[in-house]
Amino acid sequence: MSDLATMQAIAQLVPIGSRVLDLGCGDGALLAYLQENRKCMGYGIEIDDTNVHACVKRGVNVIQLNLDEGLALFDDASFDVVLQIDTLQHLRNAEVMLRETVRVGRLGVVAFPNFAHWPNRLSVMQGRMPVTKRLPYQWYDTPNIRVGTHADLNILALKNGLKVLDSFGIQDKRIVRTFPNMLAGTSVFLLSR
Amino acid sequence: MTLIAQPLSMHFAKPLLLQSGKTIRAYSLSYETYGKLNAEKSNAVLVCHALNASHHVAGVYANESGAIEDKSTGWWDNMIGPGKTLDTNHFFVIGVNNLGSCFGSTGPMHINPDSEKEYGPDFPVVTVEDWVNSQALLLDQLGISQLAAVIGGSLGGMQALSWTLQYPNRVRHALIIASAPNLTAENIAFNEVARRAIVTDPEFHAGRFYDHGVVPKRGLRIARMIGHITYLSDDVMNAKFGRQLKNALGLGDDKKTLRAEYQYTTQEVEFQIESYLRYQGDKFAEYFDANTYLLITRALDYFDPARKFAGDLKQALSHAVAKFLLVSFTTDWRFAPNRSREIVKALLDNHRDVSYAEIDAPHGHDAFLLDDTRYLGIVHSYFDKILLENKNLETGNE
Repeated sequence: MSDLATMQAIAQLVPIGSRVLDLGCGDGALLAYLQENRKCMGYGIEIDDTNVHACVKRGVNVIQLNLDEGLALFDDASFDVVLQIDTLQHLRNAEVMLRETVRVGRLGVVAFPNFAHWPNRLSVMQGRMPVTKRLPYQWYDTPNIRVGTHADLNILALKNGLKVLDSFGIQDKRIVRTFPNMLAGTSVFLLSR
Repeated sequence: MTLIAQPLSMHFAKPLLLQSGKTIRAYSLSYETYGKLNAEKSNAVLVCHALNASHHVAGVYANESGAIEDKSTGWWDNMIGPGKTLDTNHFFVIGVNNLGSCFGSTGPMHINPDSEKEYGPDFPVVTVEDWVNSQALLLDQLGISQLAAVIGGSLGGMQALSWTLQYPNRVRHALIIASAPNLTAENIAFNEVARRAIVTDPEFHAGRFYDHGVVPKRGLRIARMIGHITYLSDDVMNAKFGRQLKNALGLGDDKKTLRAEYQYTTQEVEFQIESYLRYQGDKFAEYFDANTYLLITRALDYFDPARKFAGDLKQALSHAVAKFLLVSFTTDWRFAPNRSREIVKALLDNHRDVSYAEIDAPHGHDAFLLDDTRYLGIVHSYFDKILLENKNLETGNE
């Protein structure tokens, strides 16, 4: 997810000069990109020691925190944009965190692997859980505790009263606006309250 | 390469006005420096010490013939030195002994110019803010107008935080480790028990024990024992000592330990943990000054930068412009992670640059003095970034 094309696709949703909070920021590559290319100031949240270290190495602000404990550290609307890139599928409290994303941020950007992408459907039709470049794990050792689809997130967002300002897919480093639920391995949503 | 440390002292003839309103007429500060101050004077790092440490931060002492003295290693030598986490090949590192301490800087066992006797209990109460002011005066004399960084753990972390508030433009980075924005009631309570142990020792003589040629060792021992318990975690104490009996030492495995007989004594050492605490207490009572212990624990109690702002830490920290790294340890219950998070939150609310690592280490508060690759790795990388930033500053100046 830290390939340049994906970062660019996500970065164009982030207004220039935004104050950004990146939930599950990994090694801080996206934040570094946003700082450099979109004049953003921001913080990453990460639980993993190695990733926290990687962020410090890059000179990206990082706060070591377990997202399953919530975002009590952050006030309402204290960020312009809250990013949740490939994070939602790891969280126990995914629905709460979706609401928290737009509580803390004026805008929320959520990206996650779309389980309804056609190769995944094909695999399930053949009776097996998919193992792909985007979902490279076996069913018994995957860190993704949730699987959902582009269509599912749309429904969950509406259920929680969130506005979907934009949504699209990403496949082969291109933005997919036609049938993203079928044709894209990654789903991206721009949300607000 | 062995770093040989050279203790230095600087005298200040101008009185220092303290937070309490009192003054110290004249005083000396003991300090050590390691590495070289660069031409731009941009690579200075101040190390602030905690309760029972000193200006001897790194390296060892050598005697006149050049032989290294036993047990003379600096208290943060695992962190600081040539090629280490805080690399003295790149940074000019300064350690200062705090006023009121008992390791060289003017303190209660020194002569009060007013009475021409030891200060003893008359040594004025000093605060974290007073220490920072005196450290700033020392830096003036060393020609350092701005620190690349200030770093400290525990009480040292409080000084690092206070630096960013008292002299915001004189510090570019603050590394605050296993610290807190103030002490909790429980924490003050521990300090008070330690102080009562000292003050109620018959040999304390209301702080004038120097006149009687005695030392309130009983009080100091108990103070240290209590302190020591709070610096460790339950897990680490159990792993190290468990229910091991002193007279079963050397018997080997647990089964033999379990077969060892109880002595059915109430006053002799029975369990290994007792032996350990008594040893730590004895050692401490040999070298630490009782009046200093009272002063330094009080400085801990009083520290509370939010107090001036009706308890609003966000407002208190709004004056800071430095960049911050905070580190806490999950099993530290004396300076628990949630206290570091309070500082982090106040900095976030003020839109300051801050990173925070919460290290899952078993060693309790003591962890900040120990080797943990995750902890030292992050601090190392943070200093690497400071170094890079310094290089950019220099090229920017050209």
